[in-house]
Amino acid sequence: MSGEKDLEQLKKEAVAKAKAAAAAKRAAKAAGTAEPRQAAEPKQATEPKQAAEPKQEAKPVELVKADEPVVPPAEAGAPVNDADDLAKKKAAAVAKAKAAAAAKRKAMGEAPAEETPAETAPEADGGADDLAKKKAAAVAKAKAAAAAKRKAMGEAPAEETPAETAPEAGGGADDLAKKKAAAVAKAKAAAAAKRKALGEAPAEETASEATSGGDADDLAKKKAAAVAKAKAAAAAKAKAKAAGAGDAVAIAAGGDDEKEKAIAAAKAKAKAAAAAKAKAAAGGKAGSAATAEATDAKPSANQPYLDKYVKVIEENLGSDVLEDSYINKLSKDVPTLVAKRDTYYKIAQFLKYNELLGFDYLSELHGTDYETYMEVYVHFYSYKNRQSVALKVKIDRGEPRLESLVPLWAGADWPECEAYDLLGIKFTGHPDLRRIFLGEDWVGYPLRKDYQPYDVEV
Amino acid sequence: MIRTEEMILNVGPQHPSTHGVFRLVVKIDGEIITEAKPVIGYLHRGTEKLAEDLQYTQIIPYTDRMDYLSSMTNNYILCHAVETMMGIEVPERADFLRVIAMELNRVASHLVAWGTYILDLGATSPFIYAFRDREMIINMLNELSGARLTFNYMRVGGVKWDAPEGWIEKVRDFVPYMRGQLKGFHDLVSGNEIFLDRVKGIGRYTKEDAINYSLSGPNLRCTGVKWDLRKDEPYSIYNRFEFDVPTSEEGDCLARYHLRLAEIEQSLNILEQAVAQFPGEGPILAKVPKIIKAPKGEAFVRIESPRGEIGCYIASDGKKEPYRLKFRRPSFYNLQILPKLLKGENIANMIAILGAIDIVLGEVDG
Amino acid sequence: MDLKLDNISPREMEELQRNVFMTTLEQIKAWARSSSIYPMTFGLACCAIEMMGVGGANYDLDRSGSFFRTSPRQSDCMIVSGTVTKKMAPILRRLYDQMPEPKWVIAMGSCATAGGPYVKSYSVVKGVDQIVPVDVYIPGCPPNPAALIYGINKLKEKIRYEAKTGKKVI
Repeated sequence: MSGEKDLEQLKKEAVAKAKAAAAAKRAAKAAGTAEPRQAAEPKQATEPKQAAEPKQEAKPVELVKADEPVVPPAEAGAPVNDADDLAKKKAAAVAKAKAAAAAKRKAMGEAPAEETPAETAPEADGGADDLAKKKAAAVAKAKAAAAAKRKAMGEAPAEETPAETAPEAGGGADDLAKKKAAAVAKAKAAAAAKRKALGEAPAEETASEATSGGDADDLAKKKAAAVAKAKAAAAAKAKAKAAGAGDAVAIAAGGDDEKEKAIAAAKAKAKAAAAAKAKAAAGGKAGSAATAEATDAKPSANQPYLDKYVKVIEENLGSDVLEDSYINKLSKDVPTLVAKRDTYYKIAQFLKYNELLGFDYLSELHGTDYETYMEVYVHFYSYKNRQSVALKVKIDRGEPRLESLVPLWAGADWPECEAYDLLGIKFTGHPDLRRIFLGEDWVGYPLRKDYQPYDVEV
Repeated sequence: MIRTEEMILNVGPQHPSTHGVFRLVVKIDGEIITEAKPVIGYLHRGTEKLAEDLQYTQIIPYTDRMDYLSSMTNNYILCHAVETMMGIEVPERADFLRVIAMELNRVASHLVAWGTYILDLGATSPFIYAFRDREMIINMLNELSGARLTFNYMRVGGVKWDAPEGWIEKVRDFVPYMRGQLKGFHDLVSGNEIFLDRVKGIGRYTKEDAINYSLSGPNLRCTGVKWDLRKDEPYSIYNRFEFDVPTSEEGDCLARYHLRLAEIEQSLNILEQAVAQFPGEGPILAKVPKIIKAPKGEAFVRIESPRGEIGCYIASDGKKEPYRLKFRRPSFYNLQILPKLLKGENIANMIAILGAIDIVLGEVDG
Repeated sequence: MDLKLDNISPREMEELQRNVFMTTLEQIKAWARSSSIYPMTFGLACCAIEMMGVGGANYDLDRSGSFFRTSPRQSDCMIVSGTVTKKMAPILRRLYDQMPEPKWVIAMGSCATAGGPYVKSYSVVKGVDQIVPVDVYIPGCPPNPAALIYGINKLKEKIRYEAKTGKKVI
């Protein structure tokens, strides 16, 4: 998976994926009135899409970063404010080049332009609303929290600030829907949709954090003002406001806040609640529209957690310690961090001792031989925060060496011996590394793909 | 002052109280253990390597043979991992059959743990009682799956066989019977003074140790951590049932003993509800492709087995065989704390401590 | 050897004929041995649970004179119940050597018989008969306790048959 190494590459990828996702979304919208479940299912069905989704989310964010020189590159997710900025900038600077950029820009351009409901508007609206409501319910229950948040952030603020009056908001929502429909019809869909959400939101104001915070109105207003003045400033402020978590990771902004809350209280529910709040604030329709969008994107419920982990790690250890981070959709959405070979121990240590992370339980450790490299997979769990995370690291196959985790988790003792026994990975600093199963005189490492039994028969 | 000298005592691998082939090299000074070193691997059969050449359905029989006291949970973890990767929804009836089978198996497993633990401590007859009741469960599972121990019952997407006629009623009748027996077990052993002397306050560890050493199951809950994956990360249909997660603050062998009996109780509660809600009709196997291919990627899922947290990691390259299959085997992790527990203990407590961890060697060695 | 049977009354003679029968010492020994086979508790893997089941209430091996001993020095039959790994093989052989003569081996289950499902594994011995001589093979994975009792009965049969005919049963 591509990391955050290369912004440009990322962008390209994002675009590609966005297209793929777009189709799905369109379908979902068309289904509109259908159950939210239904909408969700197609996604599940097509794996690639799924895979693409988290990235989509991540990418626009990064794009934002890239485009924004003013705002110091924030954490993984770019501030919502940035997003706004972006939108505006894009609107202004139409001519850049990238396909992605173009697509987005279009979306943006249209969004403002189209106040007049398109043809498809009625349908879309109805669908969106229904969906939204259903989803709202669903979300409250289950994981869609993250999605909800995002939506809430994007649209809710948008509507909110302009006027607290619900009808207007509704109108906004409708517009959105229509715009989306139109945009989708054209092409760039996924990115566009998001951007719209973002774009509009900014248009009205940056408010995104507002939703997450719950003190939506205040924030929103402040932002509105700020935005009006200068985007960069706004971004900065937004961050400041966001207070720590705030860094307004576009998508994650809400997530972070929530997380902190979650930590304080209890995780999953908090999210749902936050989402609900956001919606409420936004006004029924706006909220619903938001949800509708959310369903399209359907980010993982654990996305905010991942963003938080990445943020905390990068804040404390520097921005280049992680090679990659993503939500493993196949594995019950577990946030997955890929460490660099030389930062593996540092990150592990940090995961254990940072009080925001606090992963006190090592659930699983094992290695895998990928023929060109070895990989060590560690699964942690935090009994404090009731959250899991997976940490992976790639190591050289010829001379597989890695720091031992035994000083941190005593439970890593035997699993590391096992990995040493069966794969030949040497764990430096292990108090008693031995061939735990096969005995010291065994020749070869059986779980390597090229293992040849030394003695054919007894 | 008695003059003592240090000697090395080798326990196992053939020893009646190690429940299999497990070797323990203990250094003792007089009667006090100064160092204990477990030696494992006498039953290492290379399941993970074998699995790399097998299709997913063909791996299921191998999972039976890992933790052979609770094969149903092992069946489930593999199927669950593949289902998670493929996004397969299991039909309701199959889910119920799975849960009933798993809970029956959990009761059977705890019965063996109970019976053999008391046997290790020197009392023969509780073992006979435990095996009599276990035999009833085994017969029921035999009717369901056609095997007594290695059931090979579950498939990706559901189960292989439907419940035979009258089977559900049998399970229903078994629940009150087993409750009565459980009371008898307590009367027979739990208050016995000799027994209490041998287990109370022995092998004690703290919550922090338990978490640090990656313990799970009753070994973790005996320190007061209220953690049961059936409750905290519900899989299958466990969120439909009311049940408690028994915990204890003591952290000693007696607490673990009591927790296992309490878990039998809770399993019976689940069984009672599951039988009452059992859907009369419905498919037992989801629509799955003939050849099961997990999508490219990796997954790690974990569920609650009688011994603790059992996990399954699959790395797939999109073929019909897994690229890498790894089981997180609870006994393997639970056993790690043994050297720490034994250090400084009296040699006579060694077996009491080992037995209370409740290991299955097939699972320790993989 | 002379038996002085002259001055016995016919009644006593009748009694004698009813109560005394002649046989060889070998057969007597075989009869005694086969009636009280003491297997060693040698649980290796899954089959061990079924072996324990044999000792449990439902199957109750004790009633047929077989009682599990925990030490190889007190037993005359080794039931290899489960997978024999390469790490375990030398220990199994040593345990076998520790048992007093005469001794027999039952290979219980397909792993002990020929490697069973683990025949392709890198660490499993393909049949315990590569290490020790086996008298009775019991198929199954794992065999039912009834099958194990059947196998023990087969072993008894074999012991008596060998004593009676003097022929080795391979």
